[in-house]
Amino acid sequence: MLKVDLAVIGGGPAGLAAALEARKNGIENILIIEREKELGGILQQCIHNGFGLHYFGEELTGPEYAERFVEQVKKEGIAYKTSTMVLDIRPDRTITAVNSTDGLIKISAACIILAMGCRERTRGTLNIPGDRPAGIFTAGTAQRFVNMEGYMPGKKVVILGSGDIGLIMARRLTLEGAEVKMVCELLPYSGGLTRNIVQCLEDYNIPLRLSHTVVKIHGKDRLKGVTVAKVDSNRQPIKGTEEYVECDTLLLSVGLIPENELSRGAGIQIDPVTSGPVVDERMATSVEGIFACGNVVHVHDLVDNVTMESITAGRNAAKYILSCKDTRSVGRSIKTVPGHGVRYIVPQRISDLENIEELKLFFRTNDVYRNALVVVHFGQKTLYSAKRQKLAPGEMETVKLKSEALAELVCDTSCDELKVDIEL
Amino acid sequence: MNYDVAIIGAGVTGAFIARELSRYDLKACLLEKEADVAMGTTKANSAIVHAGYDAKHGTLKSKLNVRGNQMMERISRELDVPFKKTGSLVLAFSEHDLATIKDLYENGLKNGVPGLRLLNAEEVIRLEPNVNPNILGALYAPSAGIVCPYELAIGAVENAVDNGVDLKLECEVRDIRCTGDIFELITGKGAIRSNYVVNASGLQADIISSMVQETEFSIRPRKGEYLLMDKTMGNMVNTVIFQPPTRMGKGILVTPTVDGNLLTGPTAEDVDDRDDVSTSPSGMRRIMEEAKKLVPNLGFRDVITSFAGLRAAPDTGDFVIEASRKVKGFINAAGIESPGLTAAPAIGEYVLELLKEQGLALKPKDNFNPIRKSIVHFRDLNDNDRNELIRKNPMYGSIVCRCETVTEGEIVDSIRRPAGAKNLDAVKRRTRAGMGRCQGGFCTPRVVDILSRELGIPPEEVTKKGLGSNILLGKRG
Ligand SMILES: Cc1cc2nc3c(=O)[nH]c(=O)nc-3n(C[C@H](O)[C@H](O)[C@H](O)COP(=O)(O)OP(=O)(O)OC[C@H]3O[C@@H](n4cnc5c(N)ncnc54)[C@H](O)[C@@H]3O)c2cc1C
Ligand SMILES: Cc1cc2nc3c(=O)[nH]c(=O)nc-3n(C[C@H](O)[C@H](O)[C@H](O)COP(=O)(O)OP(=O)(O)OC[C@H]3O[C@@H](n4cnc5c(N)ncnc54)[C@H](O)[C@@H]3O)c2cc1C
Repeated sequence: MLKVDLAVIGGGPAGLAAALEARKNGIENILIIEREKELGGILQQCIHNGFGLHYFGEELTGPEYAERFVEQVKKEGIAYKTSTMVLDIRPDRTITAVNSTDGLIKISAACIILAMGCRERTRGTLNIPGDRPAGIFTAGTAQRFVNMEGYMPGKKVVILGSGDIGLIMARRLTLEGAEVKMVCELLPYSGGLTRNIVQCLEDYNIPLRLSHTVVKIHGKDRLKGVTVAKVDSNRQPIKGTEEYVECDTLLLSVGLIPENELSRGAGIQIDPVTSGPVVDERMATSVEGIFACGNVVHVHDLVDNVTMESITAGRNAAKYILSCKDTRSVGRSIKTVPGHGVRYIVPQRISDLENIEELKLFFRTNDVYRNALVVVHFGQKTLYSAKRQKLAPGEMETVKLKSEALAELVCDTSCDELKVDIEL
Repeated sequence: MNYDVAIIGAGVTGAFIARELSRYDLKACLLEKEADVAMGTTKANSAIVHAGYDAKHGTLKSKLNVRGNQMMERISRELDVPFKKTGSLVLAFSEHDLATIKDLYENGLKNGVPGLRLLNAEEVIRLEPNVNPNILGALYAPSAGIVCPYELAIGAVENAVDNGVDLKLECEVRDIRCTGDIFELITGKGAIRSNYVVNASGLQADIISSMVQETEFSIRPRKGEYLLMDKTMGNMVNTVIFQPPTRMGKGILVTPTVDGNLLTGPTAEDVDDRDDVSTSPSGMRRIMEEAKKLVPNLGFRDVITSFAGLRAAPDTGDFVIEASRKVKGFINAAGIESPGLTAAPAIGEYVLELLKEQGLALKPKDNFNPIRKSIVHFRDLNDNDRNELIRKNPMYGSIVCRCETVTEGEIVDSIRRPAGAKNLDAVKRRTRAGMGRCQGGFCTPRVVDILSRELGIPPEEVTKKGLGSNILLGKRG
């Protein structure tokens, strides 16, 4: 049994930033475990620009952004194992991993940070009727084929879902000579960042069909075409609007979902909306000594936010290791409650009120709102209120509470719910 | 080369006929038009080993069903394929249903089905706490079970190939000529000569039969759609749960699978196209409605995939397994609709008897090996065995499919073994790589890589399921 102070599961931006921050806070014996050959996570296949504007103040490609953290990890001499898959995590913080050289590895960790990222939703969960030919990929798989392996998944492409990866792939495939016929989005608004719609679709004249979906797949061996149709306000296809579109490839960019198998296995409470662990402001999960950060908690659209969140996780993990104080028994705790127009909030609870220095709430709305107020209520009191020009489900929002607001949370012990509302 | 016996169709029927023949000193070949075995009806069905109470007493179906059920335990051991004797329940919700299950019970007794019992509602709920509490009773058949249908066929073919049968894939039989005592089969890969021909071509069986004789039966494809649910739903039920049968068939059922998922379906819809295995919104809705009548708490958020299979429904109402009265040496194993999967081992024996009657000389081989070893599944091993395996072959330490924990070692084995995998879906059926929650999102690029390396072909030539189903359409830039 290998003994470590801190085991970090996943060597993407979340895991790397968390490990570095823990080291900065005095933790020596750290091990990062990553199943790919290289550290860096999903960023390694995102060769486009647009990373790090907020955190580094400059535009980097995915691999460049990752490399900054990988270099530091190497410089700090933090131990890592790549090509190593974590198979299981127990609530007592024993980990089982496997690779070709060590075989099965059993690790006992004083503390664990989960940073396994997310995976893509697939066709099955959507159940598109029709045939099951070759030529249907999730956008991320196609991205890997093009960017990492150097192959084209197809020549005539329809993209279902306007998530960011789909938008980025629309541009990427166009630049590689493929014809991207359209992007269909079930909802009346896009799930991606506005900047991606402009830079990846509009600049290349690729039509974005809102309130449209694929209702049938054609082709027995390789995809030959899809039937698309308009949908009504209940997202049901409207009869008579069907249109056949010839294509050899269908990319699905219909959403991401946290990798939550290991989290579930460890007995961690999962938020049914985010599909990731319920965490508090320290990024502590419901199981003692297990923290989580990055896409494994909730899906981020900007890696910069992942980095910030992971620094929080790393710092608090270090604190936990050095103090050995149970992360769960911290007295009074406050729940964050998604109010009107809000789909979810991370963190889901605030539990270490005595030591709270700053508080950032990450949330997503459930619809598009223009010129709306974001208001944070604590009982009768309003702790925050600010106007936002545009709020959309595809863009994660943050609210940072000032120290006066935090003082209210600590003092007013009669209330235990912090609510975020969108007011028009 | 002149074969003693040529079998057309490598579904579960052809597979067990081939395996039966491989016990004897003769030359047999198994011809399949697809790029893998078990690509027809055998790969998409309910996977139930039926007890044998519903086939009408006196039919060939009833006889071979009960016999096949009895054989399954031994067969699954010899071929090392998963088989679970779960038992089955036919639920009754009305007085009419109660009468129906009583009839089934009596028919079952006549067919010789062991252990049949009529249960009252309490007894049913004790067995299956999640079924609809409005039931009045059920027919319990302890000898029913579940298998993995394609693995059963693959196992039988691997074993047959190991014992000397030639498997020819992507070898469609397009015509058959009879010259004297010899048949000449015109295939996509040239002519093949054989003294005897067995037609086990499933949905094509009437067409193949018409190539040599005037044929008195016809096959009507009847589609059945399914929904497969995540493993988190796998223990909603412990047994196979049926509705009472109607004229259209056994109706929608809910069953665990041997891999721990939950399966529900099939619908029943007559179609014209013998290749049409597409799914439909109406079919999916129907399954959801009907399945909820049996198990109200089913959560369809957990559906991970849908698929459909085609029943090769004969207009005779019974299996058509007989030697041609007009052309000596030609045998039909046709109209093998449900319970054909269950009956397959018994059909193998039965066809052998017919071949013997037709004059085929059967001299047992002394080196016949009935044992086939399955691919070692890393996920099922304990820690010691896992370590041992990785020490011997480091490829077992490299996880390729994260959802189902499939290692590179298993994938390579699936490609290299007899009747080995030649495409993505073939690897998937043998190892489960790509069958989990992410449905191949993670492992597809990796499996394409391994197939390319092992088969010595460029990645663009790797297919999903054979000719024309290439995964990649060229190099970048
Ligand atoms: C395709 C794509 C495009 C994006 N585009 C942009 C963009 O343009 N701009 C931007 O700012 N942000 C973008 N993002 C968002 C941002 O890059 C991600 O949110 C960020 O990379 C998430 O970091 P992470 O460390 O949480 O997850 P990941 O980067 O996914 O890292 C998780 C790591 O954990 C490993 N892992 C998982 N399970 C195990 C296990 N059991 N054992 C061992 N290792 C395991 C994985 O292999 C992976 O390396 C994009 C995200 C994606 C998915
Ligand atoms: C919806 C449904 C549910 C079912 N559920 C059950 C169940 O629970 N239990 C049970 O016991 N049974 C069940 N069955 C029945 C069972 O699946 C079938 O009886 C069995 O799979 C038939 O196998 P087969 O080998 O005869 O046919 P197939 O599997 O169809 O094999 C025929 C093969 O012949 C090949 N072929 C066709 N034409 C040619 C040609 N010209 N040249 C070369 N090759 C050719 C085909 O490609 C195919 O591989 C079900 C069937 C369906 C459709």
